[in-house]
Amino acid sequence: MSDHYIRKEDAPLLPPPSSVAGPVHWIRENLFSGWFNSIMTLLAIYVLVVTVPGLVEYLFINAVWDSVDGKACRPAAGGGPNPADWSGACWSFAKAKFGFFMYGFYPDALRWRVDLTGVIGAVGLVLLLIETIPHKRWTAVFMLFVYPVIAYILLSGGMFNLEYVETNRWGGILVTLVVAITGIVVSLPLGILLALGRRSKMPAMRFASVLFIEIWRGVPLITVLFMASVMLPLFLPEGVHFDKLLRCLIGVALFSTAYMAEVVRGGLQAIVRGQYEGAQALGLSYWKTMGLIILPQALKLVIPGIVNTFIGLFKDTTLVLIVGILDLLGTVQTGLTDAKWFSPNTATSAYIFTAAIFWAFCFAMSRYSIYMENKLHTGHKR
Amino acid sequence: MNAPVNASNGGEGVQAENAIELISMNKWYGDFHVLRDINLEVKHGERIVVCGPSGSGKSTMIRCINRLEEHQKGKIIVDGIELTNDLKKIDEIRREVGMVFQHFNLFPHLTVKQNCTLAPIWVRKMPKSEADEIAMKYLERVKIPEQADKYPGQLSGGQQQRVAIARSLCMSPKIMLFDEPTSALDPEMIKEVLDVMVGLAHEGMTMLVVTHEMGFAKEVANRVIFMDEGQIVEANEPEEFFNNPQSDRTKLFLSQILI
Repeated sequence: MSDHYIRKEDAPLLPPPSSVAGPVHWIRENLFSGWFNSIMTLLAIYVLVVTVPGLVEYLFINAVWDSVDGKACRPAAGGGPNPADWSGACWSFAKAKFGFFMYGFYPDALRWRVDLTGVIGAVGLVLLLIETIPHKRWTAVFMLFVYPVIAYILLSGGMFNLEYVETNRWGGILVTLVVAITGIVVSLPLGILLALGRRSKMPAMRFASVLFIEIWRGVPLITVLFMASVMLPLFLPEGVHFDKLLRCLIGVALFSTAYMAEVVRGGLQAIVRGQYEGAQALGLSYWKTMGLIILPQALKLVIPGIVNTFIGLFKDTTLVLIVGILDLLGTVQTGLTDAKWFSPNTATSAYIFTAAIFWAFCFAMSRYSIYMENKLHTGHKR
Repeated sequence: MNAPVNASNGGEGVQAENAIELISMNKWYGDFHVLRDINLEVKHGERIVVCGPSGSGKSTMIRCINRLEEHQKGKIIVDGIELTNDLKKIDEIRREVGMVFQHFNLFPHLTVKQNCTLAPIWVRKMPKSEADEIAMKYLERVKIPEQADKYPGQLSGGQQQRVAIARSLCMSPKIMLFDEPTSALDPEMIKEVLDVMVGLAHEGMTMLVVTHEMGFAKEVANRVIFMDEGQIVEANEPEEFFNNPQSDRTKLFLSQILI
């Protein structure tokens, strides 16, 4: 019997075999690595060939960029300058109505107030999100506590010699952002508190949290908005009046709070007991344990879920349309009723425009969440 | 409010006579009687090794001492403070008692140094610069100052456990509890952790160690305690304990581990 499998000398350390590189290799590896993948690749190429030229033609080549009305977007049969089988995006509609899509019926002369609010908000956000910029704490305090007041004064007016602008004149992206940002800023901290409440050792606390979450999560957002805008005023005593937008804001915020609470609870449950014990053994109190040890880890784990909820919330803001508040989608639809812009292509291109704006905001949130996940990754998990 | 606390010392000076006193302590998990009438006194500076088969209640016993587990009957007195439901007293005791866990329980989202400075800063209200200094002092003591800015996930098991020891020491505890500190380690890392513990023992730290490292017990323990089925079955000096075990259960246990 030989012990040939036992080495007498160290095996040499070798460099890895040089893999075949270059474009041909890449194509073979990624596109044609088997008969199934080859078929899928060919199919995908076919679909692209069929759809892309038409899309490019519609979106860019045939598109009408500058016109004063919808006539230029009509084919010959409708009285337009184009051949009968012509179709192209009517971007000039979005261009002409852009102010309306941004601000709704907000008075022209006062739109600088919205712009200023937006600029302050954008600068604050940039200062917060870019990590190399110092003084994060003060920026955060400003953005969370001072900025809402400034935004309220600027947008609403009625004080400091600013003319009062009723919320039913607000509209467009302004309303979309007000509803979405309020929802996001309110739902995260409240959701965290509710999630902690649901895991609390105190039965009353736990019960109250469960009740809140299950009620809000169990009804459709449309019902919430209807209740807020139509039913609630009936229950309030005469003379008591809440602004309709404010009622919707509260409805949307509490609705997303319930979702957020469950997302955060998922994160809390993923933290092993040893983390609590490690913190307790060092003498940290409940709130310090949660704030310094548990939540930073739990929230990091559920960043995808949190951003998912944010994105859902952002798109759900379009539902305020049904209670008569004009968000971006609402202003677009209102704009479409303008007979001057009538054409077979107006509606399609207007909706594409709306979708593109929503997509841009949501994609930005998604990318930032991926960036955060990578930044917060600290080696192997234990 | 400190007067009644010190009064329980029996009026023998500022420091309580015993570091830890367990007086007919009992604990149940539901119907299961995990700890049965435990009586134990640990003097200041004494090193005690607790061993016994798994499920014998040794971990549960030391986890009761800093209230990670609640006892239902009897008394636990730590450095003259009786452990009750009073949150203030629990916090007071936890500040005096350091604990090292089997699975380290380091905070993975903080660097090694931040792990060490967290409690001094937030519990002892120490300025950050001072906490940093102390953290580096203890990280040097456990021989890993160069890892201070890494995250726990980037260290080996032995290194992590040494960080965990340093983290506890940063709170300058009077008593250290070790709950199977080497059980989750690869064999070649056990020694580096035991070395640190031996060093601590030689400096006079009061230590209560649940471990199966009999070499450690022989080297530093004043007493070895053997537990089985929730009771302390035997307690003796290491020499006597290993060479001349009294109870049959101890004999059986020793025969099973010392092959």
